[in-house]
Amino acid sequence: MRFAVLSFPGSSCDVDMYHALLDIVGVGAEIVSHQDADLNNFDAVVIPTGASYGDYLRPGALAQSSKSIDSLKAFADSGKPVLGVGNGFQILVEAGILPGAFLRNKGLKFRSGNAKLAVQNTESTFTSIYEQGQQITLPFAHEYGNYYVDADTATQLKEQNRIVFTYEDGNPDGSVEKIAGVLNEQGNVLGMMPLPERAVEEIIGGTDGLPLFRSILKNWSEKNVNHA
Amino acid sequence: MTKVNVYVTLRESVVDPQGIAAQEALQTLGFNEVESVRIGRLIELELAGTDSEIETRVKEMCDKLLVNKVIEDYSFEIGEVAGK
Repeated sequence: MRFAVLSFPGSSCDVDMYHALLDIVGVGAEIVSHQDADLNNFDAVVIPTGASYGDYLRPGALAQSSKSIDSLKAFADSGKPVLGVGNGFQILVEAGILPGAFLRNKGLKFRSGNAKLAVQNTESTFTSIYEQGQQITLPFAHEYGNYYVDADTATQLKEQNRIVFTYEDGNPDGSVEKIAGVLNEQGNVLGMMPLPERAVEEIIGGTDGLPLFRSILKNWSEKNVNHA
Repeated sequence: MTKVNVYVTLRESVVDPQGIAAQEALQTLGFNEVESVRIGRLIELELAGTDSEIETRVKEMCDKLLVNKVIEDYSFEIGEVAGK
């Protein structure tokens, strides 16, 4: 299975993601420049965190001007898995691939640390190895982590079981419905503010992010690898 | 050359933590009559075209990039740039 790590100017955690995928999870991975619009040879796309285009205008907004966004939309429409973490989530939202928008954190400050999360949906291709309701800890680092959708959309997300992760530590940034991670309607695109690639080895403080990548691999293998 | 001022404001349904903090600071300074503060942004464009072309194009720019309509509203004013 081959992952593209889609890198924009200012994406600063592309190498962390590449390392997690290639060296820890053990899948094929390649850092793809946003100017290489061709994603056809990949089985999954991950958009890493950082501060693409300097976070100017609104975090994630200026990435829309990259031609890779059209390929990304086509890739997402094809049903293959797309994961955006941190700034990658903001890019997916600004591109209209996921619903909602990001506001500045309620406390107006950049915050980083370890977020306690609950896994709310274990039916998704990204979370099938976790247990329903499982509490996990993942690092986060953001100033615009305050996820916003209007009340109707929030109801729809709940009804369609698209809220995958929620904050279990008081939701200090103010996200609607404590949302930390959300799926598109088709279920093949996940955006999340916590950073699973920073929790894949005990030496860096935990491995709670590992089942996410292993779920993607497992679900892909069951579909694409012939065990006969 | 024409100058266009685009005013971007947070939608009424969206809480503005910056505005609330500024309001509290104003009250601390004795401006107790301030009941609400909402902080937006001003985007200044300079561009060529007739007013009706500009109106259409600026609307497109706002819808496509300058404004996120999930959380923001906008309005704009078209004026002349002197001496250019």
